Amino acid sequence: MSLHVDAGQPTRAPVPPDRRHVRRNSPRSFRTWLDLKAAPYLLVSPYYLLFLLFGLFPLGFTLYYAFFTYDLTGTVEWTGVGNFTGLLSDSAFWKAVVNTLGMFAIATVPQMLLALLLADALNKRFKGQLFVRMGVLLPLVTSVVAVAVVFTQLYGRDWGLINWVLSWFGADPVSWKTERIPSWLAIATMIDWRWTGYNAIIFLAGMQTIPRDLYEAASIDGASRRRQFWQITVPMLRPTMIFVVLNSTIGGLTLFAEPTTFYNGNVHGGTDSQFQTVSMFIFEQGFREFDYGYASAAAWLLFLLILIGSLINFLLVRRIGGNK
Amino acid sequence: MTGNSRRGRMLAIAAASALALSVVTACSSDDGEDNASDSASTAASEPVTIVVQTFGGGKNFGYKEAIDKWNAEHPDIQIKNDNLTDQFEQVYWPQLIQWLQSGTGAGDVVGIDEGGMGLAKAHPEWWADLGELGLSGRKADFPDWKWENGVTADGKLFGLGTDVGGMSLCYRKDLFEKAGLPGDRDEVGKLWPTWDDFVKVGHRFQEKIKDTKFVDGTNTLYNVVLVQEGAKNGNVTYFGKGNKLIVDSNPAVKASYDFAEKISKEGLTAKLRNFTEEWFTGMKKGQFATLGCPSWMLGVVSGDNAGGPEGKGKWDVAAVPGGGGNWGGSWLAVPKQSKHPKEAAQVLDYLTGKDAQVSVFDYAGNMPSNTQAQQDPAVQGAKNEYFNDAPVGDIFAKSAASLQPIFLGVKHAQVKNAVESVVSAIDDGSVAYADGWKRLVDDAVKAAG
Repeated sequence: MSLHVDAGQPTRAPVPPDRRHVRRNSPRSFRTWLDLKAAPYLLVSPYYLLFLLFGLFPLGFTLYYAFFTYDLTGTVEWTGVGNFTGLLSDSAFWKAVVNTLGMFAIATVPQMLLALLLADALNKRFKGQLFVRMGVLLPLVTSVVAVAVVFTQLYGRDWGLINWVLSWFGADPVSWKTERIPSWLAIATMIDWRWTGYNAIIFLAGMQTIPRDLYEAASIDGASRRRQFWQITVPMLRPTMIFVVLNSTIGGLTLFAEPTTFYNGNVHGGTDSQFQTVSMFIFEQGFREFDYGYASAAAWLLFLLILIGSLINFLLVRRIGGNK
Repeated sequence: MTGNSRRGRMLAIAAASALALSVVTACSSDDGEDNASDSASTAASEPVTIVVQTFGGGKNFGYKEAIDKWNAEHPDIQIKNDNLTDQFEQVYWPQLIQWLQSGTGAGDVVGIDEGGMGLAKAHPEWWADLGELGLSGRKADFPDWKWENGVTADGKLFGLGTDVGGMSLCYRKDLFEKAGLPGDRDEVGKLWPTWDDFVKVGHRFQEKIKDTKFVDGTNTLYNVVLVQEGAKNGNVTYFGKGNKLIVDSNPAVKASYDFAEKISKEGLTAKLRNFTEEWFTGMKKGQFATLGCPSWMLGVVSGDNAGGPEGKGKWDVAAVPGGGGNWGGSWLAVPKQSKHPKEAAQVLDYLTGKDAQVSVFDYAGNMPSNTQAQQDPAVQGAKNEYFNDAPVGDIFAKSAASLQPIFLGVKHAQVKNAVESVVSAIDDGSVAYADGWKRLVDDAVKAAG
C-alpha cells in the first residue's frame, strides 16, 4: 500500500506549486506535503486498492466475458450479445427473476413495517432498555447456515413443527419445499427473523434524532400517539428509511444463502426451481453447468435489476409523508 | 449513497479478510512444499499427510477401517479421509472440477463416480500418470471395462476402480410381515419377477399399511430401471457412444420415466427425493418400505444418519425385479496438483487393493470391482449383520463379474442432474404428469448445452 503512494509522488513532486518558495525537495517540505496532502489518501488507499482489486476488476472482467461463450474447457468464443438475448428468452432465467422479486416483496414489506413498529416501541422509556435493544440484534449474530438448518427443519413436510401446529387447526400438511408460494413464505420468514431487528435499530437511531419539542407541541395540540407516529415520526424518518430500503433492496435481490441452504445446498432451488433466485441461477450456470459467459451476462442483468429496483424504491420512499 | 458506502465497507471487510485468508493459505502451501522437501531429504522425519476426498451418504466409500489400519502401520504416511458431501453431481463434482481447473484445492487422492468419468477422461491434464507411478501392473486385478474406463483418450492411466454397483432391493422385513406379505428374502424375491409384479405387491402392501409408503420416491427406482433398460438398449442411457445426446430417442429413458410416473400416479411413493435431508429422516422414521439398492446403498442405509442403529434387523435385501443391473461404482485418481504424487499413488494402490477392498465390503457393503477381492472367501461368503445376516456376498459377488458397464457421456453428470430434477418434480407435484416427459427432454437438451 505504501508502495502505491511512493510511486504516485514523483509525478507531482517535481512541479511544486508556485506559492512554495523552496524549489528543492527539502526533507522538511516533503514531510509537510506528506503529512497534509498525501496522508489522507494514504489512509484511505487500502479500501480503494482492495475495491479496485476485488470490486472493480471482477466487474469489468465479468462484463468482458458476458460477450463470450466461455466454457469449462477454456474455449472462449465471441458471441456478441448472444448471451443476453439467450437469457431474455430463457424461461428459467425469468422464473428466477419472478422468484427473486416475489420473495423480496413477501420478505421486505412486512419486515419494514415490523421494524418500524419495533423501533417505535423501543423508543419509549422502560426498564432494561439497553438489554432489550441489544436483544433485537441477536438474530443477526447467528450464522445464515445455522438459521437455515433450523428453519429447514421447522418447515419439514412430514416432521416439521410448523405443519404440526397447522394440523391443530385441521390444515393439511404443507409441502414447503415443493409448492412455490409456501416456499417463498418459508424463506421470507428466515430473512425477516434475521434482519428485522437490525433494521429496527437503524430506525431507532433515526427516531432519536427527531426533536422532542415536535412531539410536545403535537401533544399540546391534542394529537394522539398514533397520529404523532404517522405525522411526525414517519416523515422525519425519511432519510433513514431511504437508506434502509435501498439496503434491503440490494440484499433482497442478491438473495442466495437462505434458499440454497433450504434445499441441501443445491442451487437448483427445488425440483422445479420453485425458489431459485437470480443469484442461484448465476451460480448454477457458472459453477454447475460451467457456462461462464452466460453466467456473467446474467450477473450484469441482475445488476441492472438492482439498479431499477433501487430507483423505484427510492422514488417510492421519497414520497412518504411528502410536504404538501 | 449511504447504502453504497455501507456496501462498500462490507466489501472492504470482505476484501481484507479475503486477503488475510490468501496470505494464510499462501503460507500454508509454502509449508507444504517445505514438508515435501524435508521428507525427501530427511526421510520420514515428518509424516506426509495424504488427503483422500470422497463423497456419499452413510458410510460412503467405506474406508474407515482400512484407513485406520494403514495409519497404524505407516507412521510416515498418514491418510486423512474427507468425505465432502453426499451429493456427487450437484456438489462434489462441480467443486472438484473447479479445484482441478484452478490447480489447487483438490485432495491427493480423489474419488470419482462413474457419472464423472467421461469428463475426467477428456481432461488428461488434470491427472497424475499412474503408469509412471508404477501402477500399470494392476491391470490383472480388474475386469477389462473397469480398467479401460480409468485410461484417458490418449492412453494415460489415471484412475483405478473401487466398487461396482450390482443391484438388489432393500425392504423393511418387519413392515412386510405386518402387511401380511412374506418376510423371507427368497420368497420376497419370488413375489416380483417383473416390475409389474412389484407394483402389484405395492398395492397389496398399501392396502394394509397406511403410514408407510411402498417406495421412497420416483428417483431411486427410476435409476434402477434405467440401468436395466439401458443394458437392453446397447448399454447406453443419456448419451450415445459418440457423445451425442439421445434422451429423446433412447427407449430405455422413456421406459424408466414411464415407470417412475406410474408408481407416483398410483400413490406408492412417499414423495421423497433420494439424498435429501427428508429422505434420510424418512428412512429413520420408516416412511417407506422398499428402496433400490446397489451394493453401495447398503452402506448408506446402515449409516447413522439414515437407518442407523434403530433400523438394524428391520431392513433386509432381496433380488431386484427385472434381473440385475449396474448402478454406480467409482474410481480413485491422483490429481496432478498433488504435492506428494508418489505417496498418493501408494495410498491409491492400497485402497484399491484386495485387502482394503475386502475390508470395505465387510464394513460398508460396497462390492469391490477388484476381482481378487471379489473371489476372496471373506467376500463370497459374507453376510451383512445389519440386514438380518443377508448373504450379500452371494447376492452381489456372483453377479459382479458379469456386470456390463453403461456408457456415460462427457456431460452425463449435468444431464443426470437435470433429468432427475424432473423425475422428482412429477412426484412432488411441481410438474404435471402430462408435461413431465417434454420437460425432461427439454431440460436434458439444455443441460447438455
